[in-house]
Amino acid sequence: MPSLKSLRLRINSVKSTRKITQAMKMVAAAKLRRAQSQAEAARPYAERMERMLASLGASVAGAPDAPKLLVGTGADKVHLLVVVTAERGLCGGFNTNVGRFARAQVRALEAEGKTVKIITVGRKGAVFLKRDFASRIVTEISFANKKRIGFEDAAEVSAKISDMLDNGEFDVCTLIYNRFRNVISQTPVGQQLIPTPLPEASSEGGALYEFEPTEEEILARLLPQNLAIQLYRALLDNAAGFYGSQMTAMDNATRNAGEMINKLTLNYNRTRQANITRELIEIISGAEAL
Amino acid sequence: MASFQLELVSPEKLLLSRAVEMAVIPAAEGEMGVLAGHAPMIVALRGGVISVREGGQVTEQLFVAGGFAEVAPDRVTILADEATPLASLSKSEAQQRLAEAEAALSAAANETPEKREAAMARVLSARAMVEAALAA
Repeated sequence: MPSLKSLRLRINSVKSTRKITQAMKMVAAAKLRRAQSQAEAARPYAERMERMLASLGASVAGAPDAPKLLVGTGADKVHLLVVVTAERGLCGGFNTNVGRFARAQVRALEAEGKTVKIITVGRKGAVFLKRDFASRIVTEISFANKKRIGFEDAAEVSAKISDMLDNGEFDVCTLIYNRFRNVISQTPVGQQLIPTPLPEASSEGGALYEFEPTEEEILARLLPQNLAIQLYRALLDNAAGFYGSQMTAMDNATRNAGEMINKLTLNYNRTRQANITRELIEIISGAEAL
Repeated sequence: MASFQLELVSPEKLLLSRAVEMAVIPAAEGEMGVLAGHAPMIVALRGGVISVREGGQVTEQLFVAGGFAEVAPDRVTILADEATPLASLSKSEAQQRLAEAEAALSAAANETPEKREAAMARVLSARAMVEAALAA
């Protein structure tokens, strides 16, 4: 049986752990709210961009000299995966889920005989994928020293991707990240970026637009912007999902710590009682012997 | 006077969404005044100032660094790369950006024509920003 002193020490240590996890939960909740409102603020732009792209893209997609960003290189040989994860851990299965999803994708693609290249965004994903696929990682991007993800961060990543496309380093680009569904549930998804999947044009006849300058020129400017906005959305979803996940994980940890404290306290009290009873028996039997 | 719905969005937020009478937008090929009932158009924007008019008065002025506008008879949607109200534009920041853009342009001298053009567009946009900041 553990001594009273060691039990007391353990209770105290679990109590201070609970304090920490509780504080982390509060911090995550506050940051989650901020991340969520940022994600919401970005939505109108993405929606309108989609609408514009729908009315524009359909008319150009068939042309033989359509931009590469829209139609890809025509081949399907080299796949680029952009894997977005968080910078830090202590967030339950958040990073592992994306990592596993990415790993399954890589295996599936390689089984089909394709070449795979990986760009990781976020430190955790890089660490996870390095174990199995170190040779396929071309770039690691980390925003660890950024307090808040801005649009220009996404634009930087997208510029890198378009550069690679121009140099013919890949044919198909897929983005893998945790889609933020709600605070408790984030699901890893793979979203194709290049060739750009065109949103369906609405039935109200988008073809009536005039263009200034030409359609091609507008499209050439719109597509990189669209790429950046998709990445931006993924980064924001990732941030919101990370805090949501961290909040849930820390909530669980706090609850578990509470349970553990209860059990240990019960154990402590029983041991104390047993000691007292034993001493009493000793005294009484000593007195009787006299 | 008839009015239309003007929406100005940047990637980071929705800046403006209300009914206005007229908007002057810096289209890539020259300033363009839009009234209600304009023919449907999609235009690219260069760096410049968007002015909103209501009741014959300029009620709002915002600087955009570039972007796109979708014009329809009853609404105008502007997708700005970056938008700042003229009043909160900082002169020193604009000048710093111009310097950066010019440096990027001279660095791109040996690059492909597309890259040079993009760098040139950045310089022009930064120059417009400096002008807007000085005028404010």
